[in-house]
Amino acid sequence: MDVYDKLKILSAAAKYDVACTSSGVDRSGSASGGSIGNAAACGICHTFSGDGRCVSLLKILYSNSCIYNCAYCVNRATNDVPRATFTPREIADLTINFYKRNYIEGLFLSSAVVKNPDYTCERLIETLRILREEYGFTGYIHAKAIPGADDLLLTRLGQLADRMSVNIELPSQESLNRLAPDKSKTAILRPMGLITERIKENCTDLVKYKHAPKFAPAGQSTQMIVGATPETDYTILNLTSALYKKYGLKRVFFSAYVPVADNPLLPAVTTRPPLLREHRLYQADWLLRFYGFTADELLDEQHQSFNPLIDPKCNWALNHPEIFPVEINSASKELLLRVPGIGVNSAMRILRARRAGHLDYAALKKIGVVLKRAQYFIVCDGKLTEGLKITPDNALNALISDNCRKTFLSEGAQQLSLFDTQITREDTVKCLTGQM
Amino acid sequence: MFDRADVVYVYDGSFQGLMCCIFECFVRKETPAAVVCEADYQPTLNTLVSIPTDTVKSKRVENGILRKTSAAAMQFVRDGYYTCAPDKDLLILKFVQLGMERGAKVMSMLGDDTVSALTKAVMNRSREAHNYLGFARFSIYGEVMVSVIEPKNFVLPIIGPHFCDRYRNESFMIYDKTHSAALIYRPYEWEIIHIDSYTEPETQDDEAAYRSMWKMFYETIAIAERENPKCRMNHMPKRFWSRLPEMDEAVSALKGNQEPPHSLESPHR
Ligand code: SF4
Repeated sequence: MDVYDKLKILSAAAKYDVACTSSGVDRSGSASGGSIGNAAACGICHTFSGDGRCVSLLKILYSNSCIYNCAYCVNRATNDVPRATFTPREIADLTINFYKRNYIEGLFLSSAVVKNPDYTCERLIETLRILREEYGFTGYIHAKAIPGADDLLLTRLGQLADRMSVNIELPSQESLNRLAPDKSKTAILRPMGLITERIKENCTDLVKYKHAPKFAPAGQSTQMIVGATPETDYTILNLTSALYKKYGLKRVFFSAYVPVADNPLLPAVTTRPPLLREHRLYQADWLLRFYGFTADELLDEQHQSFNPLIDPKCNWALNHPEIFPVEINSASKELLLRVPGIGVNSAMRILRARRAGHLDYAALKKIGVVLKRAQYFIVCDGKLTEGLKITPDNALNALISDNCRKTFLSEGAQQLSLFDTQITREDTVKCLTGQM
Repeated sequence: MFDRADVVYVYDGSFQGLMCCIFECFVRKETPAAVVCEADYQPTLNTLVSIPTDTVKSKRVENGILRKTSAAAMQFVRDGYYTCAPDKDLLILKFVQLGMERGAKVMSMLGDDTVSALTKAVMNRSREAHNYLGFARFSIYGEVMVSVIEPKNFVLPIIGPHFCDRYRNESFMIYDKTHSAALIYRPYEWEIIHIDSYTEPETQDDEAAYRSMWKMFYETIAIAERENPKCRMNHMPKRFWSRLPEMDEAVSALKGNQEPPHSLESPHR
């Protein structure tokens, strides 16, 4: 089998893994020795696939010949699919050739478990070794830790990679037991803990010895499949927040389950992937990481699912009338970040522009604040937007994105269905009167 | 400063020339209705003031900007000059006037019309440059690598350092077709030169094989159940497509089905 055919099989097998960005490490090539490659912390998209996703890495499996049999996975041992296995050198050559043409930012290498976890891990190490040591490649490499592999092997892999990840896959032990009998939560959390340890150690090593080998400088990430099992958004978000805290993860990725197997334990193959749910989880994840929100501010025992109509931040704002309106000319950065329509960038710009003088609505617009949303929650020098008519309907309406409006309100759906969700009309009224 | 709705400054299009326009507006204590490059000038009823380029004057303006405002403001003026905003020349002139009056604070006046318009233009350029970090494609012809780009803004000064660092041991050229300029890199030095035209050489077999593998990879990784052409279009507007092998119909994603080299005199179409 030649490289073309292998690439076809092993990129198809890897495509459902979404934990794929090149961000998190800034490395000038010339400063790092080596002969080719650099890395930008902000991440660089090299193309966008037909489903609109950013493609930045050559994302492939080393092999899809798996000895395990996880129910939700296309590569499970009992599935009838074509199998292929690269050689480490084939992967290294492909990576360099794609990299030189600027097709990619680097390599995302994962694998099914061939023979046994240690053997698989050794092959991944050999691939990275060729790239780093023989080709002097200093571009981005993300490697998947193989659960069950020896600690020493995982450590070596982490010294060659920029980022390591272990996929949690399913958000609870029960689901794992049912669908991935060969894996256990401990088998997953063990390498995750090991990586966290190594990263921490490495920070102290780097202080002590200038040339300590770097361990996964871009940190660790993981992925969870959403919608294959019955866990609620609340469970998933809490787990996410715990992973950030306990394991110091850089990113948690969510993947809407795309049915790949006919199995009574899984959603039917005709089920559409829960894209909106995935989207809401990402929005909430963003709020945890950049906006100073905590998981229990967004969901709680009584409200276990996200509001499908509006994003979690707007939902929070509508439920906290006591906070608003916020005075643009004096509010703290933390408070500004809580206003729907004000993002991290516009908050920074408001702070900067405030130093040059008082801000009015025209100025806010120029700064990039989405007034359509924000106006219901702010005042400038104590004044509301001129001519703004505040009714519960138009406020909520303004907060619903055009996409959601299309999804939920077309097909003759009634305006009233807006309020079938967890925010009640009363809440909205409270919120809005609190503002005036 | 008097607003002179009837006066148009015309200059040679160079950065120094633009600085001289600014010099002139301070001498004449006026704000012209427009500042245009000779090449774009179309006669109107307005009074034309032709501004000669004089490096002594332009240096004085640059020093003045540095002294009265800040290094960041000076960089902002340069960045503004490289944007494709149609009225960038006048915006820069007004920005400098404002800076002389208000000092370093001018950079924070994001609510001001001039500052906000120029900021938008500069951000637009940064965004386009960032896009090209990912969307520039190189072809390998023996020992050299070549990329052809068609940006709206002049982005070579921004993307240059990135690629020179990334491909530090290679020799390459990035040809900006829109602005007839090229960045030439040989280890370890680079320069941006004027270049009138460029004909792409014939591709070799390897090149065609990698393009088709890349296209096949691209098509394979899209998840059909999640297809979303609108989202793709937002992130990767059509104007970039003609230079991307994965979006180019002339590139085949099929194995060993590359077009014979002779039909590829312009590899990207
Ligand atoms: S171990 Fe990984 S590749 Fe193998 S069946 Fe399970 S999820 Fe799939």
